[in-house]
Amino acid sequence: MTHVLDPDAPAAGIAPRRQPPAPYGDVTRSDAAFRAFLHGLPGVDQVGAEARAAVLASRSIKTTAKAWAIDTAISMIDLTTLEGADTPGRVRSLAAKARRPDPTDPTCPPVAAVCVYGDLAGVAKEALAGTGIAVAAVATAFPSGRASRAVKLADVRDAVANGADEIDMVIDRGAFLAGRYLDVFDEVVAVKEACSRPDGAAPAHLKVILETGELVTLDNVRRASWLAMLAGGDFIKTSTGKISPAATLPVCLVMMEAVRDFRAATGRQVGVKPAGGIRTTKDAIRHLVLVNEVAGPDWLTPDWFRIGASSLLNDLLLQRQKLHTGHYSGPDHVSVD
Amino acid sequence: MTDTPPSPAQPTSPFQYAPAPESRSIVDLAPSHGLFVDGEFVDATGTPFKTVNPATEEVLSEIACASDADVDRAVKAARRAFTRTWGPMRPADRGKYLFRIARLLQERAREFAVLESLDNGKPIRESRDVDVPLAAAHFFYHAGWADKLDWAGLGPGPRPLGVAGQVIPWNFPLLMLAWKVAPALATGNTVVLKPAETTPLTALLFAEVCRQADLPPGVVNIVTGAGDTGRAVVEHADVDKVAFTGSTEVGRSIARAVAGTAKRLTLELGGKAANIVFDDAPIDQAVEGIVQGIFFNQGHVCCAGSRLLVQENVHDEVIASLQRRIGTLRLGDPLDKNTDIGAINSAEQLARIRELSDIGEAEGAHRWQPACELPDRGFWFPPTVFTEVSPAHRIARDEVFGPVLSVLTFRTPDEAVAKANNSTYGLSAGVWTEKGSRILAVTDRLRAGVVWANAFNQFDPTSPFGGYKQSGYGREGGRQGLAAYLEGAQ
Repeated sequence: MTHVLDPDAPAAGIAPRRQPPAPYGDVTRSDAAFRAFLHGLPGVDQVGAEARAAVLASRSIKTTAKAWAIDTAISMIDLTTLEGADTPGRVRSLAAKARRPDPTDPTCPPVAAVCVYGDLAGVAKEALAGTGIAVAAVATAFPSGRASRAVKLADVRDAVANGADEIDMVIDRGAFLAGRYLDVFDEVVAVKEACSRPDGAAPAHLKVILETGELVTLDNVRRASWLAMLAGGDFIKTSTGKISPAATLPVCLVMMEAVRDFRAATGRQVGVKPAGGIRTTKDAIRHLVLVNEVAGPDWLTPDWFRIGASSLLNDLLLQRQKLHTGHYSGPDHVSVD
Repeated sequence: MTDTPPSPAQPTSPFQYAPAPESRSIVDLAPSHGLFVDGEFVDATGTPFKTVNPATEEVLSEIACASDADVDRAVKAARRAFTRTWGPMRPADRGKYLFRIARLLQERAREFAVLESLDNGKPIRESRDVDVPLAAAHFFYHAGWADKLDWAGLGPGPRPLGVAGQVIPWNFPLLMLAWKVAPALATGNTVVLKPAETTPLTALLFAEVCRQADLPPGVVNIVTGAGDTGRAVVEHADVDKVAFTGSTEVGRSIARAVAGTAKRLTLELGGKAANIVFDDAPIDQAVEGIVQGIFFNQGHVCCAGSRLLVQENVHDEVIASLQRRIGTLRLGDPLDKNTDIGAINSAEQLARIRELSDIGEAEGAHRWQPACELPDRGFWFPPTVFTEVSPAHRIARDEVFGPVLSVLTFRTPDEAVAKANNSTYGLSAGVWTEKGSRILAVTDRLRAGVVWANAFNQFDPTSPFGGYKQSGYGREGGRQGLAAYLEGAQ
């Protein structure tokens, strides 16, 4: 009969866990150690965070700055369709819009990516061939994440095999809220491994969706952000867009602080993607202001900041036309998708 | 007339915010201003002086200087109004006038905000979002009290004192006016108010609001001038109550002048507030609170958190975060809606800030300032942090009244409390920790009139404000603030 004297001792017969980057190599040695680390991160005072976000939202962005911000926001969009009724035709139509958002104005930049369900990744890949626009696919039993790990990993491999350049995974919020942080960590690590390609080409970029609306507190948002970064996520993303509230400024503030602090500690930069609920140019610009003042200009490119949206693009295009022509046009002056 | 200093761009960012200046065309600046006495704008007998825009040194207007005789006229008008109209008036009617003033302040908020930023140098973001809304809130709050004084817990049937002589500073010209005038009027007193020499314009615009509200003549009188005019108000024999906000030095001389008379006195003087950051604090929000505590209104705040007490084990982390955050502050044209830090109010104040900063360096503290361009004209001082400060340094003891933070460290809660209380002042303090029990334990032992927990520089008319020790006596705001203007209510 054996007694486990050291609760930190790894159980026999299990492959060693993938280690987080230095200086956090040992924080995942046990559930207890990982919980202690995540709960030892500086707290977030909700009132203070909301006040800071409100001040940033009151920045007045005019003329030249606005023109820059609109074009930058367009170039950061993950143009998204995530409906049960999605068809290859709709995806092709969205891809066409992604390449040339404003057909009347060739100076309008293309968006960063088109985001679809995994089974349509191949259609999107083909429609976007040669454009440099990435194909992002949601996977891991999106949006609920309620499936066995084998199913989730199969979902990821399928999307990668279909040509997805980026995988948007959801974390297991149930495990996170139950305090099983190592389970969540291990799953992100496994998904990250499933993003690699058999032919040795660059693995798909992994975006980890925290679904902050279900994590509720800003303390949880910070902990989940760190968890996802330690597990190797390339991006942290607020929401699936299927849960309300989705992306909010205070949540984005805490996530920008997390990627900023993580880079300072490990040297590794992680991107941020607010998604869901950003519908107007004003909202988008507020997020850019926040990125600029909280994490800094290093994040102000599509490589490090994305906006997940479907209806935002048209508002950006209308505002862009307004800046160029001096007057508002109307919804018929931009394509429906 | 439309000189505006440029807003220096943030050099490293591709995101250059274009200037977003608030239009100054909403204010109609008269070339000269008289006194407001007995409901009329009248000439003064003293030598007029000029008020300038501290951001550009442009002369804004010529201001009348009230002599002793002018002050006497104003006090007589106030006495007349007290005995004939305002004193006998039904309290509910007095309340109606105050509500009317409050609504007019809201209606003309933009005008007040622009004028305040022009005359004071503070960013429009603060005058628009803080000063003017709070000033209106004070009138609304006290309007509600006007007919409920019997239930304020100050004893039965409290009576007004009579004529209040009030002298206010230049850091929050309109807000300090509201803090003084609203409770005085709500309790049935009449007022002779002297705004600061460098910032009289919003008080004179307030006089216009009093006329617009049909306030009976003599209830509010505004006399402009420098120290001599203030002295005449304080020393006038027919003033029943003196209220002063300003420097401890002037406060002392007022206390001497009032001693031995029947006048009641409240003083709200300087401060050297401790902002205590424990190692378990929410660091990002604490850094915001430190910035808000010392750089709000260019540090021209009597309750500014000018002494940062940070627990030794998180010192480096907090200072690094603070410096990064300060690097994002935008200094420049106060009328630009994106400006965070405006101009120093006057050349004299700038000289004092420079002098005390140089002393700090000479004493061995380490001075840090962000790379930050200052406009060529006007009075400017960059946000400044002194580290390696000891409680024996003058920079940790003297009130700088500018954007200068002194950082000290502590190891235990006891040491934090001892260092925080080791000051001749006691106006405010801040405590940053995630531990609720520690907030209660520490705030209980701090000798300060206001203690903020996980916040700083938050104001509300319902919350009494005032100091310990050389920060003065008496309270403004809340039920406690009413006591200073009522007889039989001690």
